[in-house]
Amino acid sequence: MDETGSGPATKDRTAVERRSERELVVTRSFDAPARLLFEAWTTPALFMRWWAPKSLGVPLLSCEMDVRPGGRYRLEFGQDASSAMAFYGEYTEVTPPSRLAWTNDEAENGALTTVTFDEQGGRTLLTFREIYPSKEALDESLAGMEGGMPEQFDQLDALLATLGAGGQ
Amino acid sequence: MVQRSTPPLDASFAALSDSTRRGVLERLGRGDASISQLAESFQMTLTGMKKHIGVLEQAGLVSTRKVGRVRTCRLGLRRLKEEAAWIERYRQLWDARLDALDEVVDELKAKEKKDGRDR
Repeated sequence: MDETGSGPATKDRTAVERRSERELVVTRSFDAPARLLFEAWTTPALFMRWWAPKSLGVPLLSCEMDVRPGGRYRLEFGQDASSAMAFYGEYTEVTPPSRLAWTNDEAENGALTTVTFDEQGGRTLLTFREIYPSKEALDESLAGMEGGMPEQFDQLDALLATLGAGGQ
Repeated sequence: MVQRSTPPLDASFAALSDSTRRGVLERLGRGDASISQLAESFQMTLTGMKKHIGVLEQAGLVSTRKVGRVRTCRLGLRRLKEEAAWIERYRQLWDARLDALDEVVDELKAKEKKDGRDR
């Protein structure tokens, strides 16, 4: 009913910034109080409805969350259980309704993730921050490869191989 | 400067035709390095390495930045373009994800309003 949320800035409402070599930050403002964002983030049945949008191409099969400091979470993605990929870790900070932090333990160089909900005048600024242990770890994660080299090096390698074979 | 904004393909091929320059690109792929570090790794004179870097720079494969007396080299514009493309892909994922979150939160808001009225 309330259409004020779909104002002029319907596109690019989500901003992403690489704040440093090791840090990626996503921000977006919501027309809702922080406690509802916190609820949607920490209730598995609600979380499952938005964490894996269709454009991701892989559905979220299951979601377990023990939302308290030291509690663990586990997400499984995949077309079916046999091909599922798991993401898991531990909550390191839980401060309703404004802050959550967790580890990403599925990868050796996983990020430490923090999400904050800053409410002001009924609107809430969401800030999602990933800090990686190194620049290389962030690069790898961004390039969407596991332990591989960024794509452009593969291309360069292919080019070098061609030159090497054709050259001297 | 202006006429070099789009390095011709020829310059790239010329730059890549030399094994030292290919080695330098490989080395910079593992991290930034100063000209003197590169000269040392490739056992050549500073002047020789400067020439190679100049060729790579003109081809847009390497960019350099001088801080104090040290000139640092890194992979050039192409690399930055790749990174911009990765970040845009990541942003699109988050945009779709947060659109979906927005819908869920709107529902919660509407439900709260309704429950408030019913009470």
